[in-house]
Amino acid sequence: MIFGEFVINTLSLGSLYALVALGLVFVYGILKLVNFAYGEYVMVAGYSMYILGAFTPVPWWVTMIVAVAMAALTSYLTELVAFRRVRQKSDNAALVTSFAVMVLLQNAVLLFVSPRARAVKLPSAFSESITILGVVTPLRNVLTIATTLVLLLGLTLLMKYTVLGIAMRAAADKFTTTRLMGVQANLVISFAFIISGFLAGVVSIFWVGRSASVDPLIGFTPLLIAFIATVIGGMNSLVGAVAGGYVYGLLFNILSITLPASMISYRDAFMFMIVILFLLLRPEGMIKGNYTEERVG
Amino acid sequence: MSLLQSPLSRMAKHSTAWILAAVLVVGAFVLNMAASGVIVDIYTYFCINLMLVLGLQIFMGNSGILNWTYVGFVGIGAYASSILSTSPAVKEMAVANMYPSLVELQTPIIPALIIGGLVAAAVAAAIAWPLMRLSNAVGVITLFATLIVIHVLMTQWDNVTNGPRTFFGVEYYTTIFIAAGAAAVTLVAAYYFRESSLGLRVRASRDDRFAAMACGVSVVGVRYYTFILSSFVAGLGGGIWAHYITSFSPKSFYMAEAFVLITMLVIGGAGSISGATIGAVIVTVMRESLRQIEGFLNNSGVIDFQVYGLTELTVAILMIIILIWRPEGIVGGQELRLPFVGSKHRSAESADEASS
Repeated sequence: MIFGEFVINTLSLGSLYALVALGLVFVYGILKLVNFAYGEYVMVAGYSMYILGAFTPVPWWVTMIVAVAMAALTSYLTELVAFRRVRQKSDNAALVTSFAVMVLLQNAVLLFVSPRARAVKLPSAFSESITILGVVTPLRNVLTIATTLVLLLGLTLLMKYTVLGIAMRAAADKFTTTRLMGVQANLVISFAFIISGFLAGVVSIFWVGRSASVDPLIGFTPLLIAFIATVIGGMNSLVGAVAGGYVYGLLFNILSITLPASMISYRDAFMFMIVILFLLLRPEGMIKGNYTEERVG
Repeated sequence: MSLLQSPLSRMAKHSTAWILAAVLVVGAFVLNMAASGVIVDIYTYFCINLMLVLGLQIFMGNSGILNWTYVGFVGIGAYASSILSTSPAVKEMAVANMYPSLVELQTPIIPALIIGGLVAAAVAAAIAWPLMRLSNAVGVITLFATLIVIHVLMTQWDNVTNGPRTFFGVEYYTTIFIAAGAAAVTLVAAYYFRESSLGLRVRASRDDRFAAMACGVSVVGVRYYTFILSSFVAGLGGGIWAHYITSFSPKSFYMAEAFVLITMLVIGGAGSISGATIGAVIVTVMRESLRQIEGFLNNSGVIDFQVYGLTELTVAILMIIILIWRPEGIVGGQELRLPFVGSKHRSAESADEASS
């Protein structure tokens, strides 16, 4: 049943990575801004869970809702305070701003909470195992897959059938034209940030669920994963981001199994070399969006 | 007119760089005589950082591409020169399982520094051509990924770098004069590079890629050579840094350092030498004073917990404020020109800057 285990692991990892990537692409699609602060929204949600779990008697489902809301709120606030003022002036300035926001949030936690990792209380469902088709697997893997499917379905409906979703898709294609049609730029961008933060919050629940602890640097790995997955899948397409997430999960598991033990510490280097090669051969990713101006020569 | 121009009046026209370089060197002499050891240390470190920022400016400022990989090349230069300059006996002790052929290698310090720069440049030359074809977000992510690859190699290849552990035992060589001299030379070199034919073509490709291509500029080509030059300065600066710090680990060449260098450059204004210099001054003064405050808070017992990250937090806030206020940096991509020298020579260059 090793194959069954492999499939479930890959699907669960891929689902998580698909959500991570999707959150980054929501903002990138519209603003063409690679948001380095994205990983810190995951961290904010993680710390919200730690604080609510450790200092208040609220039930776990309230904790999770508040955590996701905090991530979305942080995302919105960073847009309001920092990105909104910089983004029209210069692309590089916006990029550096996002990096500065990342450093700011990270060090705020270092300063006001602690540099050390904190244990997060989780409902018992996160540590139970179940048997599916003869494969024993942690319940949280199944939960990850199910949550991702529900979210993807919901987001698809949102993007296809609501005015807001259509406006966001239009803005990702031709922002200026969309504004000429009477869509408010700030509104669309704010919503993109809120959805991005919301997804980061959901990711955080499962991410923290794997280790049951949170530390100031927790956001870095999701950020890198989002980079790799979006690059593989296509920076300008939401579907591409999801596909990239699953491909990355598959790639990661294959490398983990096939690399000899002495090379396993180089796994990240291999991953990034694959990314670089991929970018050089096909800079638009697996699924090509409508906005392609990446390669000069 | 050009026939009559003596070298002196040429220098007057490009006075900014020469004046800044002179101030750096004079500052080193004055501080070395008058100031306390701490100030001398801070000034030395400032000069090394300034050299690194200027190297970063050569590529990032002129081509407009955010260069994350830079600090990786600083690391390559630091390791290469330290391995060359450290004596075999020390290396045997410091790096447990280094390749025997590397242990035996030893050169005097100055050739070691230069070779460090050349190694960084060679690595850059080997990998940069395809990277230079990418622009925008994809380019940024690729350079970011390259930094991570370099970092993973530095932490894992313990036959060369001692892995994630500290590489110690490097000889102390970088005095305040060497640091100031290196920074001054880099400053003048970066200035003249910016004004050179290649520098002008890279800047053209930054301002309007398609117009530059239409004028016959090979965008990938000019970026490529600029990247190699920038990496050479990075390697050289890394060597000088290593011979000042004398022990370091791969952590020194990662995100935190990259952020410091990029902050310095962006706060001042990436487009010009004056901007890079002013940014380096402001960030150094801020960081050092905040670090004093942080140290004071931690040691004095005024508050009952340890303060971490105050310096970085404040620098990040300052950075966001400056970017909101002046997205092109404080100087805004132009060279400062003193009002009383060289103002009569309104060359095509300064007209170009005035109109941009």
